[in-house]
Amino acid sequence: MDIHEYQAKKILSDFGVKIPTGGIVYSPENAENKAREIGGSKWVVKAQVHSGARGKAGGIIICNSPLEVADATDKLLGKKLITNQTGPEGKIINRIYIEEATDIKHELYLGLVFDRSSESIMVVASTEGGMSVEEISKEKPETIIRSKIEVAVGIQQFQAREIAFGLGIESKLISRAANTIIGCYKAFSELDATMVEVNPLVVSQQDEILALDCKMSFDNNAMFRRDEIAELRDKTQENSNEVYASDRGMNYVSLDGNIGNIINGAGLAMASMDMIKLAGGEPANFLDVGGGATPEKIVKAFKLISMDTKVKVILVNIFAGINRCDWVAEGIVQALSKIEIKHPLVIRLAGTNVEKGNEILKKSNINYIEASTLEDAANKAVKALG
Amino acid sequence: MSIIIHKNTKILVQGFTGKIGSFHAEEMIKYGSNVVGGVTPGKGGMTHLNLPVFNTVKEAVDKTGASTSILFVPPAFAADSAMEAADAGIKTCVAITDGIPSHDMVKIKRYMRRYPKDKKMGLVGPNCAGIISPGKSMLGIMPGHIYKEGKIGIVSRSGTLGYEAAQQLKDLEIGVSTSVGIGGDPINGSSFRDIIEKFENDDETIAVLMIGEIGGPQEVEAGQFAKENMSKPVIAYIAGLTAPKGRVMGHAGAIVSAYGESAIEKVELLKECGVTISKNPSVMGETVKKVLVENNLY
Repeated sequence: MDIHEYQAKKILSDFGVKIPTGGIVYSPENAENKAREIGGSKWVVKAQVHSGARGKAGGIIICNSPLEVADATDKLLGKKLITNQTGPEGKIINRIYIEEATDIKHELYLGLVFDRSSESIMVVASTEGGMSVEEISKEKPETIIRSKIEVAVGIQQFQAREIAFGLGIESKLISRAANTIIGCYKAFSELDATMVEVNPLVVSQQDEILALDCKMSFDNNAMFRRDEIAELRDKTQENSNEVYASDRGMNYVSLDGNIGNIINGAGLAMASMDMIKLAGGEPANFLDVGGGATPEKIVKAFKLISMDTKVKVILVNIFAGINRCDWVAEGIVQALSKIEIKHPLVIRLAGTNVEKGNEILKKSNINYIEASTLEDAANKAVKALG
Repeated sequence: MSIIIHKNTKILVQGFTGKIGSFHAEEMIKYGSNVVGGVTPGKGGMTHLNLPVFNTVKEAVDKTGASTSILFVPPAFAADSAMEAADAGIKTCVAITDGIPSHDMVKIKRYMRRYPKDKKMGLVGPNCAGIISPGKSMLGIMPGHIYKEGKIGIVSRSGTLGYEAAQQLKDLEIGVSTSVGIGGDPINGSSFRDIIEKFENDDETIAVLMIGEIGGPQEVEAGQFAKENMSKPVIAYIAGLTAPKGRVMGHAGAIVSAYGESAIEKVELLKECGVTISKNPSVMGETVKKVLVENNLY
């Protein structure tokens, strides 16, 4: 789960990381007042959307008066921001963060992730702040510092100091920088985060170490014990079909193609998408209805796929194990008596009681195309596009 | 021999009396697995499915001599149960539970390090289909009848894709020595490398089918291990050719975040390790057969 910049900043500041003074606003009037309240002579107006690269997309505006702050807010609110990470549909701007401008001396990069190889938490830092970590690893790999933290004992002062020295931070600021790194680590480990990224982390002209922009992601599997994080979810930043699916316990990812998929199991779903591509088609989605493809789940899946206007053909691929094919077939028949499907439908059943399952489908009055193998199903789905 | 589980392996079910635990325990018993009892804290002394229920894993191990456990405990309590199994001297624990937080997985793995190698538990999963040695024992939630007894080792992240492979092999009259689901989570108990090493050391297994997917370094690590240490042929399929970068594809671990983690990159890196690639999921069985024929093993 992702959260907004201002939410991540609030969390990090609770763990002792310094952030510029700022506040969230929902209207231009609000924004003007907030700018006066913050004081100073220069402000940054920042669109709050779940995406990086907001600056290049026009989502971050520097202003020299409270009136300019109001104008900038007016310009951004309610618009969709299209960045190189949001896709062409962009993301709606409903919240604006107003912040005092910072006089920057140095821009640094600081990130924390799980390292899947060593199964520890990895701190990644670089002197090249402001660039994405992918760009840094391509263009300035020699500047990257990596430090593995043993989770059982947590980060030690010396490890944080080593990173800070490695970043070339002046001696008098080392303990401040180390505390910033430790604060980020604690936020990561205590709140079930999967990613913390402060980019840039800056040293200001006034010698403060400040988190100027930050991103945090959290483990969806841990939300049962993180109410305070779960309530930060902003569904307006997610694809509406994906929200519909996740609220109903289905794994769904919207894609650009036109063949809709209903599949049980994540691996089989990815494999079916691959087969569609190899057959010359493009999948409209990834959808895993789960191991036990119950009739209720299949009804919900058909509803979800029929909400997607891109879909021109629907492919159902179920490998029934303990939930037998005859049972799955009954679920499909039941679902289609409740929902009208206008598109061609290709169904491939496999596994336990496959003959019985196909028999049930044939005897029903469903209009569908039967497929036997994964490859056959993908070819028939592509052919049905016409 | 098969790997990890054999005909007489004594099995405990953790989360025995719950709905899911009961259902799958019954399926395992029907298949012929040697289930000797279960653990549900607070329900010790009861009899369930004609088998004893214990309060603690230690007591269960003492009374039954079980060496292996399968875990159906809900995510919030699963880490605790896995560590309890490790401490009680269980040799292999298969965690079926889907949805264990990553931070808890790191904790379990760190906890297990306190035991010397000969006393250390092997954890398989979580979020997996389990293990089956066809005709001998089933320690999982797979449909047992799709597996034919034989000599191919299967190791797969995905459950259903593993079933697909077993069915394709069966249709070609090729059997399986053991099939191991290692699960779709980013941090898991046993890696591809851990399992293929066991297959290499197993007399019965003649070739290994590895079914991977996008995300993480494990498939490529296994490929490097195979190149340096294996005499048996390895065949692989990697799912997720069409998966967009940075998105989680159902399995929490199925996300491309670094070089070498996309399907195309993994396929290239595995080929360099001498692994034969099944070019699509429809021909996993045929590809295995082709490799067997080429190596005079069919």
